[in-house]
Amino acid sequence: MSTLQRALSRIPWGYTARRLLIAIPTMLAIITMAFLMMRAAPGGPFDGERKLPAATEKAIAAKFGFDKPLHEQYFDYVGGVLQGDFGPSYKTLGKSVNDLIADGLPISLAIGSLAMILGITLGTLLGVFAGLRQNSSADYGVMGLAMFGISIPTFVTGPILILIFALGAGIFAVGGLGTYPNIGMSWHNMTLPVITLALPQIAIISRLMRASIIETMRSNHIRTARSKGLSERQVIARHALPAALLPLISYAGPAMARVMTGSVVIEKVFGLPGLGSYFVNGALNRDYTLVMGAIIVYAGLIVILNLVADILYAVLDPKVKYD
Amino acid sequence: MSQADQLLDPTGRVEPVNQAIAGGRSLWDDARARLFHNKAAVASMWVLGVLVVIAIIGPMVWVHDYRAISGARAIAPTFENMHILGTDLQGRDLMARLMIGLRISLMVGVVATAVSLVIGVTWGATAGYLGGRVDNFMMRIVDVLYALPFIFFVILLLTVFERNIFLIFAAIGAIEWLTMARIVRGQTLAIKGKEFIEAARAAGVSRRAIILRHILPNVIGPVAVYVTLTIPVVILAESFLSFLGLGVNEPLTSLGVLISDGAARMEEKPWMLLAPAGTMAVTLLCLNFIGDGLRDALDPKDR
Repeated sequence: MSTLQRALSRIPWGYTARRLLIAIPTMLAIITMAFLMMRAAPGGPFDGERKLPAATEKAIAAKFGFDKPLHEQYFDYVGGVLQGDFGPSYKTLGKSVNDLIADGLPISLAIGSLAMILGITLGTLLGVFAGLRQNSSADYGVMGLAMFGISIPTFVTGPILILIFALGAGIFAVGGLGTYPNIGMSWHNMTLPVITLALPQIAIISRLMRASIIETMRSNHIRTARSKGLSERQVIARHALPAALLPLISYAGPAMARVMTGSVVIEKVFGLPGLGSYFVNGALNRDYTLVMGAIIVYAGLIVILNLVADILYAVLDPKVKYD
Repeated sequence: MSQADQLLDPTGRVEPVNQAIAGGRSLWDDARARLFHNKAAVASMWVLGVLVVIAIIGPMVWVHDYRAISGARAIAPTFENMHILGTDLQGRDLMARLMIGLRISLMVGVVATAVSLVIGVTWGATAGYLGGRVDNFMMRIVDVLYALPFIFFVILLLTVFERNIFLIFAAIGAIEWLTMARIVRGQTLAIKGKEFIEAARAAGVSRRAIILRHILPNVIGPVAVYVTLTIPVVILAESFLSFLGLGVNEPLTSLGVLISDGAARMEEKPWMLLAPAGTMAVTLLCLNFIGDGLRDALDPKDR
């Protein structure tokens, strides 16, 4: 049996199916909560300074379906979402929410996934480095830095990095996605946002990995590996690391959620038109459909990523049994 | 020491021996000793203590009021007029604003954590104690809520409704209770099987009293650790909202609001960013060091 086949056979299909079944009411609950919250809010999206003529108000209400009873509006909306249609944006004329999500999501996903990769790689390296030298000055140094990493908010590190590397050294862009006609993501304008977003993750993951490797190095299977006469290097690479990496997988789900919420701030600091900035602007402008669309996309991503992390955990950890 | 004791113990070690007979060093004595041995944690407690005192009495005794607008706009730190941290764009003294901001941030940290503590402990202890189907159902709800992007709902809540500081307390507290509930449930399950609970039940103690009097006191350790580590998370969450323009209302302020204002002008007026950012970093570092110290003290297996 190949490794792949063995891995596939370890996927807990029943558990996966049950989790997917739970995801349906979860998503429905999210949609309902967001919908009710927006409708319960005082003031509508089209309340302006000036009172509109009654006929105009009526026309607007008819166009967006506000004249229908609340439950009909709800079912219309849910029906639309199920068909992948998030409706028109209330504030950005001529654009649908789908268009806006298609514009913003790739940017947020790029920042988020690159930051996660950087966080996991550097965090693991630093954590293992510190954990294998427990209570040495190198350990204290790394853990002290990690403490700074989790204590300083990204909207402080972001501006400081801009000050040093963009305004000072001029290596990277201050913000934005470049000027016409060179608009787009590049290392020049994406490096600083990714590093800023990754810093807290590097700190958290290195603390997690340090504790994990320390615990693993004391376990019985490591003693067995040593007593077989393996070199310390082999013991660490073949036996300690795979076991120590397991807690990282269960952290990856919540971490992705953190990174995505964190990217809302990063997008504001660096002036990037990602989904997060659309969401915040939409909330401030009462662009109801845009806010709903963004929440649904974020929630969907988080639900899926959590599920993937849990399945991966089951595949990799021989001790886990779900059914 | 009486003469009789002297005769019984010529080495003069009666007191420690008596103590040992009376029950010896408890888990808590050990933990306290370990905590006070941790230099980073002890130093952090002192620094945090000073910060708390400054936050409480500072705004009352400082020469400037945090709301007072003056003509001296955006001046750099100077001893003239005692603007030792400079002023902001409206000419308000930044030291006064920093102290009131620290007070609000600490308050948000403590109150929101208390909200999460009450909900989380009640939920977790009930689920863990009742067990079975109820437990299953209650923890499934926690699982579902875990998967929600809560901070987005908080943002939504704060934008569509009129903002006030209590809404911020409640909203942040409502996010953080989930982990607390999981920790308390796990501890409760472990303690539930112990003999003294059995004894209490046999003596006819009500369920409510068993949860309150026997189970809760025994889950305090891990909960205390989690509480100290939650306060910095909550302060960060508040500053995150402040940065997005959803924090406390003017003229009140918080560290997050001050940092956000400062970050916008850090190029020409760096002092507006440095003081609040430094204060925030020191506060969070202290809380994290104390939390870590407490965890190592109560659960020393990683040392």
